[in-house]
Amino acid sequence: MGQHILHIAYLIASITFILGLKMLSNPKTAKRGNMIAAVGMVLGIFATIFLYRDSVHHHHLGNKLWIFGGILIGTIIGWLMAMKVKMTAMPQMVSFFNGMGGACAAIISIVEFGRLNENATGLDGIMNGTTLVILLGVLIGCVSFAGSIIAYLKLEGKMGDKSLPLQQFVNVTLMAGSIALIWYIMSRESADQTLLYALVALSLVYGVLFVLPIGGADMPVVISLLNSFTGMAAAFGGFLYHNSAMLTGGILVGSAGTILTVLMCKAMNRSLLNVILGSFGGGNAAAGEREIGGSIREISLNDAAVLCNYSTKVMIVPGYGLAVAQAQHTCHELEKTLTANGVEVKYAIHPVAGRMPGHMNVLLAEADVSYDKLLEMEVANEDFDAVDVVLVIGANDVVNPAAKTDPASPIYGMPILNVEESKNVIVFKRGMAKGYAGIENELFYHDKTRMLFGDAKSSLEKLVSEVKSL
Amino acid sequence: MKEILDFIGGNMDMIYIIILSIFLGIEVISNVPAILHTPLMSGANAIHGVVIIGAIIVMGEAEPTNYLALGLGLTAVIMGTLNVVGGFVVTNRMLQMFQKKVKK
Repeated sequence: MGQHILHIAYLIASITFILGLKMLSNPKTAKRGNMIAAVGMVLGIFATIFLYRDSVHHHHLGNKLWIFGGILIGTIIGWLMAMKVKMTAMPQMVSFFNGMGGACAAIISIVEFGRLNENATGLDGIMNGTTLVILLGVLIGCVSFAGSIIAYLKLEGKMGDKSLPLQQFVNVTLMAGSIALIWYIMSRESADQTLLYALVALSLVYGVLFVLPIGGADMPVVISLLNSFTGMAAAFGGFLYHNSAMLTGGILVGSAGTILTVLMCKAMNRSLLNVILGSFGGGNAAAGEREIGGSIREISLNDAAVLCNYSTKVMIVPGYGLAVAQAQHTCHELEKTLTANGVEVKYAIHPVAGRMPGHMNVLLAEADVSYDKLLEMEVANEDFDAVDVVLVIGANDVVNPAAKTDPASPIYGMPILNVEESKNVIVFKRGMAKGYAGIENELFYHDKTRMLFGDAKSSLEKLVSEVKSL
Repeated sequence: MKEILDFIGGNMDMIYIIILSIFLGIEVISNVPAILHTPLMSGANAIHGVVIIGAIIVMGEAEPTNYLALGLGLTAVIMGTLNVVGGFVVTNRMLQMFQKKVKK
């Protein structure tokens, strides 16, 4: 009786995951979709605690106080972290939570490995599917954990891009070594804990080295990839316990995450293999140092205000710099002020503006910018020749013409916003620092370009008051 | 060879679930607009937190005197909960901003 209810609970949970994902891909239903999946998750968790019985002795689960204690601690910490994090720091938060899931999957597999000897029949050793599933769970869980934490630290700015000599060779060797070790562990007569810890260490090192050299603009792709890794690791756990909720949830995220990763790569015109093997930015230092002719011309606030105010059409190109300066509200104010003065204002959103696809839309939504003012890249690019002034605020790589003109550039081939087709470009920038991809931007030296140096927020505030005083 | 065939034969139902779920996962998100990529990734991140069910089973089956297993289990439960709660709350926060817009 209880077993049937448990399985029905898992069935409902699986359905809510599918529905939740489906609803998350539509703006109108997204929020409800998230809620539905969360309800299914809570149902699955409580059904497990109270109804699960092991397959050998049919005992209920013990240690309930420990379980509830753990859940309570995790809930409090998770809730606080999620409520406190700034919207700009969202990508690394997702990466951190992803790492937790990976570690959780790895630990499950480690404990189950220790129990292999109890259940083994003794005759054919441990060369079987169960052992393989456990070891793959350890491998992928550890890689996902270590990789996610490195991605988290890098996006938090606590760690730079580093690449070892012979990085690719080392990575391939580590991967091959892990697989060989898995084979060796399975070929032994009994489960050897020492070898398991060697596998854990090897996978952790691989996870670190996998993400360490991947720089800047490729980070969202890596986080999405690690997300689908954790999904797979969760599915291995589901296979182990014949648990359909874990299985469907894990595989769904694994496959959806992989597709999302491919979509992101497409938006940046990079192949997945390239992202994994090539270290972005680091390996192309020569191209980055290319000399660029021309000179930088600044514009005064007053001139900028006049230029914007007497234009017919203004396009704002926001980038991560806008978000870091928390200037999205001020930007919205500028948009309202100009609109009130009869200027048509739109936003051109590059698919990878910010640090994750769609990140910029979340940030602008936070500042109450209305949906219909946000143009996607293809639409915006058709519009630029009719635009009088483009305001590039804290964006760099997504407007770098080198993506079209310089085959040696690491971002060559990435679709960009063709801002130089408009009549004037004003670039809001803190200083002459390079963008996230670490390369020079010849747009800044273009005839039509004027620079407005300073913190994006205070520049925008001053610009708003200049426009108002005209 | 025999082991492989036995393994596949003995787990046919789960292999079906896996194959169907792979296609379902691809199908379900393939039409997502770019603006929802970040919330979708975050929501998917919360869903793989389902791995916590495994952590609960590990914890519940541990001998009450086996402190290593209890410690590992507790760590796994805490981490799994972080993944679930943090994931859903962060996604909800992101989507709340969109919601506000739709009403206006």
